[in-house]
Amino acid sequence: MNDNLDGSSPARGLSAIAPKEGGGFPNPGLPPHIHRQADLSKAAEKRAERLVASMFVLSIVGTVLFIAAYFLVTPTGINLFAEEGTPKALWWSNLTTGLGLAIAVFFIGAAAVHWAKTLMPDDEMVEERHDIRGSDETREIAAGIITDGLAESGIARRPVIVTAMVAALAALPIAVLAPLSTLGPLPGGRLHHTFWGQNARQRLARDHDGTPIKLSDVAMNSVFHVMPEGLTHETEHFLEERAKAAAVLVRIDPALSKNEESMAMGVEGVLAFSKICTHVGCPVALYEQQTHHMLCPCHQSTFDVTDGAKVIFGPAHRPLPQLPIEVDDEGYLVAPGDFTEPIGPSFWNIHKEK
Amino acid sequence: MTTTTPSTRKQTSDAEGSSRAYKLGAVGGDWLDQRVAGGGLVKFMARKIFPDHWSFMFGEVALYSFVILLISGVFLTMFFDPSMEEVIYSGPYEPLQGLMMSRAFESTLEISFEVTGGLLFRQMHHWSALVFMVAIFVHMFRVFFTGAFRKPRELNWIVGFSLMVLGMVAGFSGYSLPDDVLSGNGLRVIDGLMKAVPVVGTYLSMLLFGGEFPGTAVIPRLFTVHILLVPAMILGLIAIHMVLLVLHKHTQYPGPGRTERNVVGFPVFPVYAAKAGGFFFLVFGIITFISATTSINAVWNYGPYDPSPVSAGSQPDWYMLWTDGGLRLIPGWESTIFGYVLSWNILIPMVIYGLLLGVLALYPFLEAWVTGDDRERHVNDLPYNAPVRTGLGVAWIMTYLILALAATNDIIAVALQLSINDLTWALRIAFFVVPVLSFYITKRLCLSIQRHKREKALHGEESSRIVRTETGDMIEIHTPLSEFDRWVLVQHDDYRPLSAGKGVSSLRAKATSFFFKDRISPVTPSELREALEHSGHEKHVIDELTGGDYRTPAEKTQH
Repeated sequence: MNDNLDGSSPARGLSAIAPKEGGGFPNPGLPPHIHRQADLSKAAEKRAERLVASMFVLSIVGTVLFIAAYFLVTPTGINLFAEEGTPKALWWSNLTTGLGLAIAVFFIGAAAVHWAKTLMPDDEMVEERHDIRGSDETREIAAGIITDGLAESGIARRPVIVTAMVAALAALPIAVLAPLSTLGPLPGGRLHHTFWGQNARQRLARDHDGTPIKLSDVAMNSVFHVMPEGLTHETEHFLEERAKAAAVLVRIDPALSKNEESMAMGVEGVLAFSKICTHVGCPVALYEQQTHHMLCPCHQSTFDVTDGAKVIFGPAHRPLPQLPIEVDDEGYLVAPGDFTEPIGPSFWNIHKEK
Repeated sequence: MTTTTPSTRKQTSDAEGSSRAYKLGAVGGDWLDQRVAGGGLVKFMARKIFPDHWSFMFGEVALYSFVILLISGVFLTMFFDPSMEEVIYSGPYEPLQGLMMSRAFESTLEISFEVTGGLLFRQMHHWSALVFMVAIFVHMFRVFFTGAFRKPRELNWIVGFSLMVLGMVAGFSGYSLPDDVLSGNGLRVIDGLMKAVPVVGTYLSMLLFGGEFPGTAVIPRLFTVHILLVPAMILGLIAIHMVLLVLHKHTQYPGPGRTERNVVGFPVFPVYAAKAGGFFFLVFGIITFISATTSINAVWNYGPYDPSPVSAGSQPDWYMLWTDGGLRLIPGWESTIFGYVLSWNILIPMVIYGLLLGVLALYPFLEAWVTGDDRERHVNDLPYNAPVRTGLGVAWIMTYLILALAATNDIIAVALQLSINDLTWALRIAFFVVPVLSFYITKRLCLSIQRHKREKALHGEESSRIVRTETGDMIEIHTPLSEFDRWVLVQHDDYRPLSAGKGVSSLRAKATSFFFKDRISPVTPSELREALEHSGHEKHVIDELTGGDYRTPAEKTQH
């Protein structure tokens, strides 16, 4: 009683199909066809024909427009609508070439679809389906071919070959690892150290203009984006070093501090932290002066600068590593060494010394 | 019932048969047939019948926007230089003059500002990528909600699913190529995700970037992935998708004359050659129009990639949003075991994404296991006739949307002046609550639609005209349905829960109970007979009272 409705038996014995009373309703067949205007009236047919033809003509107009605009409305050379080389010229070039091309292609489509919908036959046609599975005869022949082929190959009689073949096919993919491994070097200690640690007592410099920062420059509640002074375009792996050395310098009222250890690594409330988020590594670029929170704009991890940049909200876990700083004889801020721990996203062996 | 079959259809082309064009065609056809068996192909394909429905066009949109991607992409490769060599910009865009940037970013600026039509093709490429992914998703859920993934189409579902995943890879590798601040931070997130993989994470990151992030290798590598590897895979899978489509023949919606053993519609030639061919040009035209008028991914505003800055409001393209949302919602969980780190704040979202995709890919097999239905299914379900499936589909989409919303939480918070922390918490809760709620609401809605359709099949359309009998009874006049209209409401199959035992495992019994315990049984022929007798009796009473004139008194005075 849980047979398929077409009378066959389900392969797994029982299906959840509910049987239909008396086999259900009979299919009434296709409903009577309703003719379109263009099928009934010669005038409507002519109208449709004219519309299709004029849309094709409109497409030609679009093509002409596109070609004309391509040479007469250019971003850097001749431009009919704006002074050459200006942003306006680019805007006009993009608009006119784009509209020309859009008209050229759109109206070919509109014409073809309208032709099909109004003038091509619209009485529905019926095509029979056939089972996807082959006939029993075909399946028998197929099974015969496979068994014969297997017998001819002798795969069942030659286990030594089979074992060796499986071993060979299993071994070969391991070879892929060799070229794969040359795609990049091993990490080594790279991720554990930054440019700050390469030379002791580097000055803290403003990001981009590279000028060193004096303690007296750092006003209360101000924030600086900081790079090591020695890190310049000439430095080897410049961008990679920037990606790790980026730091943020802030000055807070020492009375607000909740973390003695963190304050001890700064000077008079001036503290430096890694700018790279410990979640997945975005630059923690937003500093809220009122609350002394640093916020990562990518996933909103929030760090409390008054408490050693501990995480107070969001997906990050580790505090932003702090960069201990001192003041040199000339009053400039310097970093005696590297960050307190590896910067950026956590990884498997981040806590292991390298 | 019309039993026209494509091959027996009469042509009225006698008069045109002698024209020059036909003769030329015959010569060309003969030439091709003798070389590539063109005749056999035309005989096999040209009169194949495809059913017509607006919802069948989403897949077409996906296919056509892929073609537009190929066309605009070829144009872009002529001018793009995937190099991370640092150069100093001296082009026409003043705000960036004198800045250090990679060749990749510089050549993107050249395409945008100096190559005629370059900006147009860049924008067409980006817009069609967005349309491609929208179309894939909508098509996929059209297939899901109508049950068009059922036997024999399970494998084609997997092919389509793989195309969706490859589309994401193509999109991500593509928008990373300009090497701007926004996409560079996207790559940095990928670097962070890889580093979180236990044991081998840092190795994977080093291998991808050819050293430390950002290095000088990743853009050229992504370029190869983007213009060769992924498109080749997509093309191959599209070919398989199409071959299987022809082999299975298209599914059709239930309707009079449509059965599991036929397909009712129009032939490939000439109707679909014109309609589908024309539709390609329509999609092309609309994407071109959008690109001519609407700016997208203006990388010159973001600036060249530099590891230090990032702008607030950093979002990936829409189809990658959901992969970012989980990373924003997860609390900062991380544990250290024997000194080694497990970053749950990354691993848990990754596992959730994997589960979401996995469930989607395997759903056809899950449902087939539950129903035990192993017939070929070519007539689509109406979504309300499969309440649990529809509910699960909506729950999946809601989960996806919550994750996508979470990825825009900063923008929402600013726009609606909410606290980002409160909003994040609300979305954390919503991630668990909303899918469950939306499942139940959808399921109940489906069941009530079924009840409504059942009433309609039995009693016909309500006419809003009520007749009062002498005894004070009120009878509403119903317009009976034609047998063609009624067929759609009564044709569907019904499933019911199985009890355990007799080859049914208790797990499967529970699953069938979850799927089918709440059911509205479809109208049976005897119920309909009874209803018709009843309405015949009612009509008799109404006709006696009204004299067969169903107009209201107001209508009567008007005429």
